Amino acid sequence: MSEHHGPAKGIKRWLFATNHKDIGTMYLWFSFAMFFVGGFFAMVIRAELFQPGLQLVDPQFFNQMTTMHGLVMVFGAIMPAFVGLANWMIPMMIGAPDMALPRMNNLSFWLLPVAVTLLISTFFMEGGAPAFGWTFYAPLSTTYAPPSTTFFIFAVHILGASSIMGSINILATIINLRAPGMTYMKMPMFVWTWAITAFLLIAAMPVLAGAVTMMLMDIHFGTSFFSAAGGGDPVLFQHVFWFFGHPEVYIIILPAFGVISEIIPTFSRKPLFGYSSMVYATASIAFLSFIVWAHHMYTTGMPLAGELYFMYATMLIAIPTGVKVFNWIATMFGGALTFEAPMLFSVATVFLFSLGGFTGLMLAIAPIDFAYQESYFVVAHFHYTMVAGAIFSMTAAVYYWLPKWTGRMYNETLAKTQFWIAFVGFNLTFFPQHFVGLAGMPRRTPDYALQFADFNMMSSIGSFIYGFAQLFLLYIIIQTIRSGKENADEKTWEGANGLEWTLASPAPFHTFSTPPTVK
Amino acid sequence: MYLRINWLMKQTFRLAGFLLVYLSPSAWAKPGDRWEMNLSPGVTELGQEVYDLHMIILWICVAIAVVVFGIMGYVLVAHRKSSGRTPATFDESTKVEIAWTIVPTLILIAMVVPATQTMIKIYDTSEADLDIMITGYQWKWKYEYIDKEGGENFSYMSIMSTPQAQIDNLEPKGENYLLEVDEPLVIPVNKKARFLLTAADVIHAWWVPALSVKKDAIPGFVNEAWTLPTEIGTYRGQCAELCGKDHGFMPIVVNVVSEEDYAVWLASKKNASKVDLSVKSKDELMASGQSLYEKNCAACHMANGAGIPGVFPALKDSPIALGDVNEHINIVVNGTPGTAMAAYGAQLKPDVLAAIITYERNAWGNATGDSVQASDITNFNQ
Ligand code: HEM
Ligand SMILES: [Cu+2]
Ligand SMILES: [Cu+2]
Repeated sequence: MSEHHGPAKGIKRWLFATNHKDIGTMYLWFSFAMFFVGGFFAMVIRAELFQPGLQLVDPQFFNQMTTMHGLVMVFGAIMPAFVGLANWMIPMMIGAPDMALPRMNNLSFWLLPVAVTLLISTFFMEGGAPAFGWTFYAPLSTTYAPPSTTFFIFAVHILGASSIMGSINILATIINLRAPGMTYMKMPMFVWTWAITAFLLIAAMPVLAGAVTMMLMDIHFGTSFFSAAGGGDPVLFQHVFWFFGHPEVYIIILPAFGVISEIIPTFSRKPLFGYSSMVYATASIAFLSFIVWAHHMYTTGMPLAGELYFMYATMLIAIPTGVKVFNWIATMFGGALTFEAPMLFSVATVFLFSLGGFTGLMLAIAPIDFAYQESYFVVAHFHYTMVAGAIFSMTAAVYYWLPKWTGRMYNETLAKTQFWIAFVGFNLTFFPQHFVGLAGMPRRTPDYALQFADFNMMSSIGSFIYGFAQLFLLYIIIQTIRSGKENADEKTWEGANGLEWTLASPAPFHTFSTPPTVK
Repeated sequence: MYLRINWLMKQTFRLAGFLLVYLSPSAWAKPGDRWEMNLSPGVTELGQEVYDLHMIILWICVAIAVVVFGIMGYVLVAHRKSSGRTPATFDESTKVEIAWTIVPTLILIAMVVPATQTMIKIYDTSEADLDIMITGYQWKWKYEYIDKEGGENFSYMSIMSTPQAQIDNLEPKGENYLLEVDEPLVIPVNKKARFLLTAADVIHAWWVPALSVKKDAIPGFVNEAWTLPTEIGTYRGQCAELCGKDHGFMPIVVNVVSEEDYAVWLASKKNASKVDLSVKSKDELMASGQSLYEKNCAACHMANGAGIPGVFPALKDSPIALGDVNEHINIVVNGTPGTAMAAYGAQLKPDVLAAIITYERNAWGNATGDSVQASDITNFNQ
């Protein structure tokens, strides 16, 4: 039988945490903090772009802002947020006592603040922070980069190590600690999507590590991997980066798909439609994500055969992605729907992510991507997928499981209001970016021609609204934790299913000391 | 009930009317319009084809969206719990799954056919009437006209001409703010121009929407692109690949002119590219040197010669600008490999370099008193 002790006291509880809930909590708060840091950079960008002309920052600093915004959001906010969710939920969903490798779990979390501190500290170095975009194309990121790039490389290595450890832990947990009777094809979708994501991470992160290591060699040890003058190949960098980078976008979105697949059945009061096809669709998306990378490189001058191959392969992704969307709608079809905040965010995810899927399909068509590439159209596309896909579903997850985590209920009216502010703000920010992109506005510039002024101002106003919605979310969460209505029910939501809803609220410190039996 | 439906229909029509008037691309399609919100077919046949393909794919997406979101919207309204429903319990249907795998596949196949055809056209750079080598530099373009008859090539740099005061909001912004250059690219109408693109430092991308050209300019590679404009006019574009600090300030302007005008322009340009080797006084050199420095060097070393600490070195009081003349000439002509300092011998004519170096050695309190002549540069090169 398990020992019945509670958490350690004070700072030690967190420094030496091995409990999956404590570590999950740290991941979630850390990523939320990073979300505000990255969000602050975004506000600087949008404030500068409010009007034509340079008002607030100089171009070099502007580039530091776009670069650090992307890096912090992807590696500091979105990825750790879903790892935090995995930490909290996977043991509870599969009937496990904890994560399989609790000490490694501690290390993989504590590496994150180290890496991010290193990354942020580059702002205070001579030459400033990295200013070459989150995609850090060589040779702008090698020969022409500020000296702080070495610290950026180190930070990426540490982030990668953290992700790989986290993934190994998640896989070990899923493979070994399922309750009796919990076969693979009975696992909740969220667990499935994370299992597949963990494979993606283990395969993709070392490639990123390879890319930054080659950069390090070029900068300090006289090699010429990416330097044409020494016989190297700058395009090689892009191939290596996107071989990591395209799977990375699915690393971001698959756990989000998992969340949606949990929430929609609950509020439809109807089981997930097409469970097994959902599993296969997720697996095929993961497979395809490794063979489409050069769709980011249509204008680099690949041979025609390469262009055509990558176009066809990329278009294929639309099929399993479509299957997922259709399954969600079929889940709602015939149900008895209610629209509490988690459901509002989930439905919005389905709707807005699909718009991102449509623009993805347009971008996949190589001859017209020549017109879209590196314009604001691409910026709109990936914010519809990453913000409306990943961040919206993350918000849904927080509202959905917060009562389980804290034993307290959030204020539904405030939460719904927060949803509508976020929804309006998001669309006002990013929908007009499709238009300016098509009209010819390039991305990553601190200033723009006069004909783009009106849509840009709209976009900036939207972004301030969206930013406010996040502060509001923080307020709602704190208010819930401190003074939310007590919610002692095991099952918070009428339609909820799954082992996590058989546990007390708030969830006990040790999850399942004796494994439940799954029929 | 009847009244409500009537009212609803009226509102719907008003909304549709609004959308048609304000959102239809045709209402706003004048290039440069403030509410421009769609691709423009531009002035080439290829551009028209790309535009048509874009519109076809867009409308297919809209049609799918109407069906899918239509059903979803219906479900969201009709299948609410508050309408007193008991939820159904079905959770799979192999038939449906197969259907919604097959149908999208067929739609994709239908898209692939025209996409492949257009793609092949984009890659057909054969049978060009003229060849122009385009080199991207941090933050300007070099255009080199290749003489197919084996005569001498000539080249020149094209740099943004929007005054810094407009960018800094000290002066009202001009009509072509950020989209104007000192010397545009000039090509004849109805001729197929082939562009050979490369870069001297980092990756840039040459993008002119109206000519339907976007292609990366990559150091160590030569990429190809082409255009065949059918209308005389001035077309503007920008660098499309993040290339450092002034990436947002390296526009492209292309003048498409009649064949006669092109011939006249070509002749005058060839003439002007001759080097002026006459000896100049220090004052003359300083005067022309200042504006040439500001145009070519100030983006990094700054107009006051102070550079950006940690990124670009200062020239004011620098050991190079105050030290041996030949070393100074060397670094400007050959650059410093492995850094952002380019080899300007390949970019600027000797008379221009002479004026700039003279300026650097005598401005901002750098009192060497040296004056460097064009012949010093040509001698140095030998
Ligand atoms: C139907 C599925 C999708 C397709 C077909 C698709 C296709 C594409 C294509 C072709 C590009 C390159 C555009 C260009 O640079 O010209 C692109 C860019 C991008 N996509 Fe997607 N995409 C899809 C879904 C997603 C998802 C799910 C995410 C992330 C959650 C995502 C994130 C991104 C990002 C971040 C970029 C831009 C990267 C950059 O250049 O900074 N996409 N997408
Ligand atoms: Cu991709
Ligand atoms: Cu650029």
